[in-house]
Amino acid sequence: MTQDSLYIIASVGLFGIGLYGVIAAPHILRKILAINIMSVGVFMLLVTSAKNVNSTPDPVLHAMVLTGIVVAIAGTALALFLAGKIHALSEASDEDSH
Amino acid sequence: MFQAPDFKNNSYENELPFATRVLCAIVIGALGFGLIAALILTENISSSLPAMVQQKLTQSGVQNPVTAVLLNFRSYDTLLEIGVLLTVAVAMLPNANFNSDINPDMPGGNRSSSHLVSVVNSAAGNPPLEAFLRWLIPMIIVMAGYMLWTGTALPGGAFQSGALLAGAGVLAQLSGRIQFCFTSTTAKLLLTISLITFVMVAIGVATTTGVVLQYPLELAAPLILLVESAATLSIAAILLLSYNTLATQVFESPSEHSTFEHSAFDNQPSDVTETSAPNETLQSQTAEDPKS
Amino acid sequence: MDSLLNLDILLPTLVGLPLIAAILTTLLKSHGLRASISIAMALIQFMIAAALLSWLSGSGTSLETQYQRYSLAGWGAPLGIDLAIDGFAALMLMLTAALTLVLTVYSRYYFFEPHSRLDKTVRFWPLWWLLIMGINALFLSGDIFNIYVTLEIIGLAAVSLVALDGSRAALTAALRYLLVGLLGSLCYLLAVALLYRAYGTLDLAQLSAIAEPTAITWAALILITTGLLLKTALVPLHFWLPLAHGSAPAPVSAILSALVVKTSFYLLARFWLDTLAPAATDSGLLMLGILGAAAIFWGSIQALRATRLKLMVAYSTVAQLGYLFLLFPLAFPDEDARGAGLSGPAVSAVVYFIVAHACAKAAMFLAAGNIMRTFGHDEIARLHGLAKYMPLSLFTFAIAGASLIGLPPSAGFLSKWLLLNVAIDAAQWWWAIVILMGGLMAATYVFRVLNIAFSSVEEKAPIEPKNLPITKLPTIMSLCAFLLAMLTVVLGFNAELILDLVTVGDDV
Repeated sequence: MTQDSLYIIASVGLFGIGLYGVIAAPHILRKILAINIMSVGVFMLLVTSAKNVNSTPDPVLHAMVLTGIVVAIAGTALALFLAGKIHALSEASDEDSH
Repeated sequence: MFQAPDFKNNSYENELPFATRVLCAIVIGALGFGLIAALILTENISSSLPAMVQQKLTQSGVQNPVTAVLLNFRSYDTLLEIGVLLTVAVAMLPNANFNSDINPDMPGGNRSSSHLVSVVNSAAGNPPLEAFLRWLIPMIIVMAGYMLWTGTALPGGAFQSGALLAGAGVLAQLSGRIQFCFTSTTAKLLLTISLITFVMVAIGVATTTGVVLQYPLELAAPLILLVESAATLSIAAILLLSYNTLATQVFESPSEHSTFEHSAFDNQPSDVTETSAPNETLQSQTAEDPKS
Repeated sequence: MDSLLNLDILLPTLVGLPLIAAILTTLLKSHGLRASISIAMALIQFMIAAALLSWLSGSGTSLETQYQRYSLAGWGAPLGIDLAIDGFAALMLMLTAALTLVLTVYSRYYFFEPHSRLDKTVRFWPLWWLLIMGINALFLSGDIFNIYVTLEIIGLAAVSLVALDGSRAALTAALRYLLVGLLGSLCYLLAVALLYRAYGTLDLAQLSAIAEPTAITWAALILITTGLLLKTALVPLHFWLPLAHGSAPAPVSAILSALVVKTSFYLLARFWLDTLAPAATDSGLLMLGILGAAAIFWGSIQALRATRLKLMVAYSTVAQLGYLFLLFPLAFPDEDARGAGLSGPAVSAVVYFIVAHACAKAAMFLAAGNIMRTFGHDEIARLHGLAKYMPLSLFTFAIAGASLIGLPPSAGFLSKWLLLNVAIDAAQWWWAIVILMGGLMAATYVFRVLNIAFSSVEEKAPIEPKNLPITKLPTIMSLCAFLLAMLTVVLGFNAELILDLVTVGDDV
């Protein structure tokens, strides 16, 4: 098994584990973490594909990964923000109903 | 699948039934297996792009190929990506107030004239951290500047140095003495400076070279540095805003005198003692609130 | 310098203008100034899109100007990013500009609630313009990774707009939408990685030239489809849409149903019928058609069962999106149509349907928003006697409903007529049955609302106080909704305007 195949299996594996987590994990934080795991899987595939035996690694793929990381941060921040607000509101309504 | 979000740590009532989960895992496993097979059996075609990048690298104004791709060849992607960051930053801003600039329900008001960074002397701080930070934060700022500068030839650039600066801000906030307020005018300027610079550069070079975002050859290096510096400031500001908002979210019941529309965006108490009762902070602020 | 005077500078302007509007509305403090600048920018954008459209249709017959490309940063594909439009994309840009103008004017009045001191427009205007920028950038984009970034802008901006209220229902719907959106984008990004591995380029035009029906192309197409189906909310992946569109503020619901779900559909059509067409199997196309038919039935049934007006309109969107997916089985009547790209009678019919549905659905959501603002609620069962208090909004609702059902002389009728023709020409008459049944089912849920609205409880009995209106609506809000509904009638009479444009960009 070559190095390339190993990385491919790992990245698709991460994507699959993340996908399962988004669907099946009960807690909202786990869903958000699962999305991050999926994105790590995709980035790993991108970096693996950048391998170039003859010269420097492919810079376009590296730029794609950088952009992807920033976009993932933005998405995670927004998701955590919304989850926190919902939590705060449900705590408030639980208190009011007691 | 996606019912109301579940926050309880160990409750498994809302969990999908076992059979569904197993089925899900099997389907995902099968699809993944197929994908792996397709990937391994197909050769990774050696794209002509790396060679093209190497060829045009001298015309791009920088020596680092990744920076060249990010800020010259595919600068449009970077522009849109900073737009993504701005979207999330704006989404986290609190509501403003129609009639006056002052929102009495928010400690410190919601003034746009307030300062971005203020020192809170009365707060219980973290003295060891504070002492350490007097030495560490200047070093981080210098390091961030170095990473920005060196991004033209070595790994580095706007995103990395922006993240470093945001880290410095997070540390400052954790020390307890520094408080950030992101509704100030300075803050909004910092958030948008990157896009403003990028758009001005894009239009400016279009008047010279005729194509939007096409840098003239001799000006490519300074223009890239200009855009990267502005991007560093914005990225740092946006990341710090995200941390600030997430870290000061209230997880207790708000005070009794909620406004007519109690929406989730009204409560942003100061970050210093978030576990203390919010009532006291709110009332002390409304006492000194001048009527407009 | 002379390429500045060339009209394809209009292409990046359509992205730059909303971006400038977003920056200005973030920085400005006065809410009146924000609104005025937004209206001005929307007007300029409308004029630019109209100029672009007329230029494209005027020069569409010559060989060199098949479709317009603009190489950003001067490098040219595949090294740089190209903006590219053909007739379909140009029409969508025009639709975006028109809807933006009307909805911007509407929003200026919608967000000045009399009994609230809170100014939500601090967040609304920048997010609105960033969403419009994302939509324009997506239609203009000629690079598959650039499309990923635009999909993310659209997704995050749309989620933030849905969450604008701050109420628990809106936040929950927004969070669900966000998770689904991120999932879809990641599937799309994985497909981009696969395509780059297989073909070495990120440019749409180059990909369509060298695409082959290999396993990895097929895998990429499946991933793209899964991701984009999640974003287009096709049954069975539609679970997030009704609550998200139903809990958002009225102008946001309008733009979401009219445009945002169409952007991912546009990409699906582009990939299946143009770029990766060699990998598109007949069974795959049929599968999409079957899902579309299922969407029509399921969405209509759920719309009939909805208790809230905005939920009903959102389920109606789910149903109407099903019609769009009938494009796929009907697109290639014979084998040589496969190489022709995004053209043909089926594409024309579906493009017309998109425009008709966008105007009708936006009008319906605005009317529902007006009703909700006036009465304080939008429960269908309590809307007795609506006709007496809000005749204009109800008229708007009726006309929009007529377009959704497909009654002449609306644009909806014309688009369904075109689709029926295509289905019968392709000898796939079962889709014709689906279309007709869908129209019938739409009639049931539209007439249900009209029935309640036009009836009073009893002739002489007074209406219960809790069902009386509580605020006076600014007239211009009703007029905006009415304008959109009228647009569907105008388009019903002038079909050639749109149909001619879709054929621009054909390979000769």
